[in-house]
Amino acid sequence: MRFSIYRYNPDTDSKPYMQDYTLDIEPEGNMLLDAILLIKAQDETLSVRYSCREGVCGSDGMNINGRNGLACVTPLSELKQPITLRPLSGLPVIRDLVVDMSQFLEHYRSVKPYLINHDEPGQDVERLQSPEDRAKLDGLYECILCACCTTACPSFWWNPDKFVGPAGLLQAYRFIADSRDQALNERLDDLEDPYRLFRCHSIMNCVDVCPKGLNPTQAIGKIKSLLVKRTI
Amino acid sequence: MVSRVPSGDRYGIKDWLVQRLTAVVMAVYTLFMTGYLLWQPVSNFAGWQELFHSLPVRLFSLIFLLSLFLHAWLGMRDIFMDYVHATLIRLGLYALVILALVAYAAWAVRILWGPA
Repeated sequence: MRFSIYRYNPDTDSKPYMQDYTLDIEPEGNMLLDAILLIKAQDETLSVRYSCREGVCGSDGMNINGRNGLACVTPLSELKQPITLRPLSGLPVIRDLVVDMSQFLEHYRSVKPYLINHDEPGQDVERLQSPEDRAKLDGLYECILCACCTTACPSFWWNPDKFVGPAGLLQAYRFIADSRDQALNERLDDLEDPYRLFRCHSIMNCVDVCPKGLNPTQAIGKIKSLLVKRTI
Repeated sequence: MVSRVPSGDRYGIKDWLVQRLTAVVMAVYTLFMTGYLLWQPVSNFAGWQELFHSLPVRLFSLIFLLSLFLHAWLGMRDIFMDYVHATLIRLGLYALVILALVAYAAWAVRILWGPA
């Protein structure tokens, strides 16, 4: 199989270039990450991040034939050759397919991705939740922060420093929707901002690429609905 | 490197809502006008004059045009926020768009209520 991979080592290369590789691998039954690791065995200078190899850790998000996805859950048999691999766009490249996630994680941090509850925790009882309330977190808690959605979002490309991005906003709504959280209004205050939330123009690239099949646009819509309810 | 940028202006939902409400007004006006003209085709100047002689049509047209201008302002502001990052240039563009739209609004009133 033929591959064309983005290479860039800031220490030695003046600019990025695409390098071609050919690999003898059976497409059926193999994932893209398997192929990348075999290429790395041939050429150990190739840099890539990976960990769990099963779509849970979110480390190997990359641009695969023009579309963001996780290499470890992308079947080789579904890809057209030459398979073109680039780092996630919109974030600085550290080396080859590895990007600097600081900006992305800073936005995640900014939405306070943890329960805010001022009640004293009970001695022997957890903070209980009804099955109905728990069900409201479905489609939200599954996000693995791979950044495929945020780096596919044009609004993030144009304002990466100010727009929270689909992943951050999905996480923001995950805590807004949680019946155990007591900071709904503070969270809405923080998000009601022309840049932090309203750069989203419902382009829906996020929904298109999410490897976990989540829907950040819908979560953003629900945040907007709450803001409307609060204001009118 | 994460840059430190000032953000958190605490507005946006009203603009977002106004953009949607004005879109509804424009859709209703478009349907009304299309329906009316299909039902009662206007073929000459006298026909147009008679149609716009009616106060409800003039008022509805003005509301439509004001909705259009408001919608255009919010849309243009969004585009400038997305693509124009130099603050002074963005401010200048905002001013140009506002001036143009206010002028259009005055012009619209003159057209609708001016001498026929």
